[in-house]
Amino acid sequence: MKRLKNFLFLLAAVPVLGFASEANIHLDKAPINLADQDSLQRGARTFVNYCLNCHSASAMRYSRMQDLGLTEDQIKDNLMFAAEKPGEQMKVAMTKTEAKAWFGAAPPDLSVIARSRGADWLYTYLRGFYRDDSRTTGWNNTVFDKVGMPHAMWSLQGEMAPVYKQHDGHEVIERLELAKPGTQTLAEYDATAGDLVNYLVWMGEPAQLQRKQLGLIVLAFLAVFFVVAYYLKKEFWKDIH
Amino acid sequence: MSALQKMMGWIDDRFPLTATYKAHLSEYYAPKNFNFWYFFGSLALLVLVLQIVTGIFLTMNYKPDAELAFMSVEYIMRDVDWGWLIRYMHSTGASMFFVVVYLHMFRGLMYGSYRKPRELIWIFGVMIYLALMAEAFLGYLLPWGQMSYWGAQVIVNLFAAVPFIGEDLSVWIRGDYVIGDATLNRFFAFHVIALPLVLLGLVVVHLVALHEVGSNNPDGIEIKKHKDPVTHIPLDGIPFHPYYTVKDIVGVIVFLMVFSAILFFAPEMGGYFLEGNNFVPADPLKTPQHIAPLWYFTPFYAILRAVPPLFGSQFPGVVAMGMSIVLMFFLPWLDRGKVKSIRYRGPIYKIMLALFIVSFVGLGYLGLLPSTPVATLFAQTFSVIYFLFFLLMPWYTSIDNTKPEPERVTG
Repeated sequence: MKRLKNFLFLLAAVPVLGFASEANIHLDKAPINLADQDSLQRGARTFVNYCLNCHSASAMRYSRMQDLGLTEDQIKDNLMFAAEKPGEQMKVAMTKTEAKAWFGAAPPDLSVIARSRGADWLYTYLRGFYRDDSRTTGWNNTVFDKVGMPHAMWSLQGEMAPVYKQHDGHEVIERLELAKPGTQTLAEYDATAGDLVNYLVWMGEPAQLQRKQLGLIVLAFLAVFFVVAYYLKKEFWKDIH
Repeated sequence: MSALQKMMGWIDDRFPLTATYKAHLSEYYAPKNFNFWYFFGSLALLVLVLQIVTGIFLTMNYKPDAELAFMSVEYIMRDVDWGWLIRYMHSTGASMFFVVVYLHMFRGLMYGSYRKPRELIWIFGVMIYLALMAEAFLGYLLPWGQMSYWGAQVIVNLFAAVPFIGEDLSVWIRGDYVIGDATLNRFFAFHVIALPLVLLGLVVVHLVALHEVGSNNPDGIEIKKHKDPVTHIPLDGIPFHPYYTVKDIVGVIVFLMVFSAILFFAPEMGGYFLEGNNFVPADPLKTPQHIAPLWYFTPFYAILRAVPPLFGSQFPGVVAMGMSIVLMFFLPWLDRGKVKSIRYRGPIYKIMLALFIVSFVGLGYLGLLPSTPVATLFAQTFSVIYFLFFLLMPWYTSIDNTKPEPERVTG
């Protein structure tokens, strides 16, 4: 019965959500470079420190970070806080029920978040938190209005405050302004967020670097095969007029 | 007599191996003037084999369980050796199957390959197309993402629009009141056993019928009309093997290059082959804002949405969508043209075919978009053209000003 009630409530909210999505939110271009191992390593560090407390990445094994140029010992010593063995998956201790009680919605698993949200959305989202005292968490977000997640990296970025402008008779957020500085400058925080998104994109499909490499070899092979097949066909068809 | 010949003799006494090889390959005489459009039949067969082989390997690690399905796909993508390659081959193959089949069907429309005596080849072909759509729809539920879930929900709900028995029918299909574990299990069973068997059977009869009457060609004339008086081999025919096997290898390589370019460098194909929303696990409590079927279904989805509901029931739209495919079965008898090939057709057929293609592609594009009043108006116009192409065909093909067909095939 409760499920049904939730369902009906959500159905009622659908038109509102649909309308919200109509508003075109400007997304900043994420600085994605999967060849940059340093960036990926920094992103991995930020990920395990700031995200992996509430969000799981249960398809991802710690040991896979060896693809980022890390040794198993480096992973064990610096990146594993919640697991015993490098072969374990990135799970969190928080249960779904607890998460629902604390945040209103369970934090989504981040294994493939970059594939569903897209890098630019994540990059803008991570830099879009601002102070909003009307929210129970005290935080709101420019690309995800009334988001349940508090600003996990507030100590780095500091606190942002919205600057409003008039648009069609409504007050809309024009931009965010630094109200209380964090431990990083805004440019440094942008780089931190960029590295984190870079890591999330990699984690969405750890095989993607290998995939592109193999693709070149396959295409080169097919190109050679094509020449052979083409002349073979020509030879056979010589006598057909 | 060599050992090999002896062995072949032994087999041929017990099984028609040499005879079959001759009838279907080395002494199957195909017109010598096949062009670009004739690659897609053999390519469709290639993709079918690819899908079956990759599918077998996927089932070794996939779990048809609502709790496990989504993550088991990610397990394949990460922890199974070459799992990502197999999975992408299968997902790219699904879309490429439709690309190839649509081009294959277009070839049939252009050169009148459905006309007498090839009516059954065409009918088996349309049945293959139907089975393929069912296969693709069932398979799309298996990754258990949001689009899998809600796409299935929308399609199964179409059955609920059937008057009187609709509700019971949709529950019977789902095995539950909502799409759930029971649905996933039965869709898996149909996807990996029932429909592949049907598809394979249909492909066999499609080919048997083809090899019985012989292939059509871009001139739309019968090569069997002019045979060598001594050998009885069609003068314009050449043995399928080796001529078309070596030619098809070239086609296969070009196709595999396109296939690989997608697979290795853009497996999501900008969201058309793998949708972003399908990387979110299925959630029965969260309806996505915009549910669109995969691109190969969108023309029919657009027709469905173009028909206004009657007394609050979507049934007329469902009927229109069904009719848009059923009409294809009647094509051999709707066409009253004096010639088969577009090369010798008059201007009316050419214009109608062009309008039909524009409408079909236009409907496909509109089916991807959320519906707006303007989009609906376009979809309605295209739907009318789609149906008129079939319904007016007996009239416009018979009055069309055709050119005389040549006696023998041209280049």
